[in-house]
Amino acid sequence: MPAPAIQMTGIDKRFGAVHANKAVSLTVEKGTVHGLIGENGAGKSTLMSILYGFYAADSGTIAINGKPSLIRNPADAIHSGIGMVHQHFMLVETFTVVENVMLGAEGGVFTAKGAAAVRAKLQALSYAYGMDVNPDAVVSELAVGELQRVEILKALVKGADILILDEPTAVLTPSEVEKLFVLLRRLAGEGKTIIIVTHKLKEIITVTDRVSVMRRGEMVGTVETSNTSPADLAELMVGRRVVLTVEKGPANPQAVVLDVKDLTVRDARGTIRLDHATFQVRAGEIVGIAGVSGNGQSELLETIAGIRKPAGGTVSLNGALLDCGGSDDPTALRAKGLRHVPEDRHRMGLVKPFEAAESAILGCSDEPGFGAGPFLDRDAVLADCVRKMEAFDVRPADPTLRTALFSGGNQQKIVLAREIERDPKLLLIGQPTRGVDIGAIEFIHKRIIGLRDAGKAVLLVSTELDEVLALSDRVLVMCGGKITGERRPEDTNEQDMGLLMAGVSSDAPKVAA
Amino acid sequence: MSARTAPVWLTAGVVPLVNVAVAFLAAGLVVALIGENPVEALQIMLRGALGSQYGLGYTLYYTTSFIFTGLAVAVAFHAGHFNIGGEGQALMGGLGAALVALSLPFLPWPLLLPLCVLGAAAAGAAWVFIPAYLQACRGSHIVITTIMFNFLAATLLVYLLVGPMKMAGSMAPETAKFVPGATLPLMNQMAAWFGLTITRTPLNLSFIFAILAAIFVWVLIWRTRLGYAIRTVGANPDAAVYAGISPARITVIALLISGGLAGLMATNEILGVQGRLINEFTAGAGFVGIAVALMGRGHPFGIVLAALLFGVLYQGGAELAFDKPKITREMIIVIQGFVILFAGALEMMFADRIAALYARLTGKLVAV
Repeated sequence: MPAPAIQMTGIDKRFGAVHANKAVSLTVEKGTVHGLIGENGAGKSTLMSILYGFYAADSGTIAINGKPSLIRNPADAIHSGIGMVHQHFMLVETFTVVENVMLGAEGGVFTAKGAAAVRAKLQALSYAYGMDVNPDAVVSELAVGELQRVEILKALVKGADILILDEPTAVLTPSEVEKLFVLLRRLAGEGKTIIIVTHKLKEIITVTDRVSVMRRGEMVGTVETSNTSPADLAELMVGRRVVLTVEKGPANPQAVVLDVKDLTVRDARGTIRLDHATFQVRAGEIVGIAGVSGNGQSELLETIAGIRKPAGGTVSLNGALLDCGGSDDPTALRAKGLRHVPEDRHRMGLVKPFEAAESAILGCSDEPGFGAGPFLDRDAVLADCVRKMEAFDVRPADPTLRTALFSGGNQQKIVLAREIERDPKLLLIGQPTRGVDIGAIEFIHKRIIGLRDAGKAVLLVSTELDEVLALSDRVLVMCGGKITGERRPEDTNEQDMGLLMAGVSSDAPKVAA
Repeated sequence: MSARTAPVWLTAGVVPLVNVAVAFLAAGLVVALIGENPVEALQIMLRGALGSQYGLGYTLYYTTSFIFTGLAVAVAFHAGHFNIGGEGQALMGGLGAALVALSLPFLPWPLLLPLCVLGAAAAGAAWVFIPAYLQACRGSHIVITTIMFNFLAATLLVYLLVGPMKMAGSMAPETAKFVPGATLPLMNQMAAWFGLTITRTPLNLSFIFAILAAIFVWVLIWRTRLGYAIRTVGANPDAAVYAGISPARITVIALLISGGLAGLMATNEILGVQGRLINEFTAGAGFVGIAVALMGRGHPFGIVLAALLFGVLYQGGAELAFDKPKITREMIIVIQGFVILFAGALEMMFADRIAALYARLTGKLVAV
């Protein structure tokens, strides 16, 4: 048997008091697709960063193709034949594909020679692996799936035999994911070695040969994919049995709470981001919005929440017309019973340097309960936070701890507690479980369904298709700012949703609300 | 209180002290290089600044100005803005105080004096309004605009002091003396009311104002809804928008408060010491305020300590230059420069190591 492509032995890494990798060992055989999974903070990014030379391990050794290798920086990693495709693409938007690929390999003062060499290599690789990318296309004009192929090509042109892909499917539609997986299998068939870092269990099962699971800095196991199931992997990740399915009874929709008609939003440059969106949300139902991120979902949520001003169309709450972004700013809308859990809690939902208690009153700091007149009563704020932390099982339950020090799941619980505890009539909720550990996902889903069963209207946006289908009573699909279809979760499948997410409108009749 | 951070004594006490110690070591090297004894130089400085009622009075007099300008920088900083126009706002504060004092001399002092103080704050705030508005609503960078407004303020003051506001028949660029009811009592006068005798120095009632201003800023930033909004805008403007807090509005309000505090610096020099408006009376206090605010980590307690340190440097430095002719006035500025470098620009250099040490000693993980 040939030497494994990667053999990491006894990798140990500490960041201050955080023990990110505890004597981790990882072996990846040549010509295989290997999955690496684990919850946030399990140490998988650290491990990959050490392999790619971003960090130096405190102890431990790395052997590439059986040869002990010292990887001190990314240049060493590239030299050893390791390439990395980051979750957030590292491309210069205004450059063409060729210009991007030759970054770091310009070949002298003048670029013509380097460009020609890169172009030849690109063509050979595109032909060999069936990757169809126009070398002269400007990167900003490419679709997300193509960008990812450019990233992969970039690594291959630099001579990578081992490819690390970090959350490669986060921004892809189901059909693009399928294409990517075909490509990955083909690369593996040609003898390349692939490591996929992800948290999506279903994809791991689809594409990998072997899976390694990390938990709290330790490698808890490597299993043959054919011998495992999502539930087993989840148990390995969390350390206990978790319920992956959402249990909910039938919905009991009542009066229309949110009525959106022809809502159109333009961005600062005048580009249409939301195009005549029309839909309703009733009390006692969850309406989900599916779609690849960046297709107008954020604009939709932010407009209804009063953060953006629409270019056209109307929004009504309980029959009363709203002036979103005008007189109905977020403060006014909160008073009307509209609550909003923003998609990106770090950017909007929390103030990371604040104490947890201070983040827990974001948007509520003017409530009379928090102090007399202009003053904030610190004791009242702390007491309020303690109550919320208890109700939502936030750990550690310390209201004076800095917000940034909580895990993703606990940060999200703080946001949810703040918004749900105020008894909303309508809850807008974006990406409820992004970056949240599996254990907390269960809890958050239960809360959202509880809210529905209490007769509240819920508008849910998530780029996790499984989540939208599991939680929603009706699903709207968005693509390019338009609502391309509406389905009941029980009447659809992944392929059907994939077509809608790619903007292929169907003539199937709409579901009666 | 942005974290379960280290206790205040650590962030605003130990960390700056270590920085200052390093600054003094570096300055000591320079003193040794020119052939003087650094230990002796330090002794002269400390004795000159703190060793007598006279020295202490002058030290606290300088401290007063630096507290005001340091607080001004800190309030803007909490809103995420770098107001480096304290110099100009303080000059305008002097103008505001002088306009009130000279135009309403007939008022009784219990009315006139508060109006003069308010005039100083209002003029300082007014001077920052245009940069604040441009920053909030047009995105013009406040650093650029406040620097330019410093020059405008200096030029405007010269124009007024050699022209419309000059005392008739005088050759000096200064206004007429204010009526006694428009000036603040000196500390030795106030001590005399209680039957105490202390040496006469420029230290005056505005020192008490400065301490009250520090308390005001602490309450404002950490115990009011407005302070919460200011800190939210400073730490995460997107979260502020989400919360329904208008960053533009809060920016203007925070900068007006900042300008008002800078304007109050004039109460020390103009209402307290000069009793008339003179040219260039700020003498760089506006800029020292930046170093003071950085060194005090934006916390009023730290700012008072940092201002005291700079007061010591100013007064002790003057004594040192007087005692040791080889150590010129410029050398003193070099020493101050080292303090600004280590305590301001390089303030975080030792912070991590101190936090690690603290964690090792107490077992508590903190962020400094």
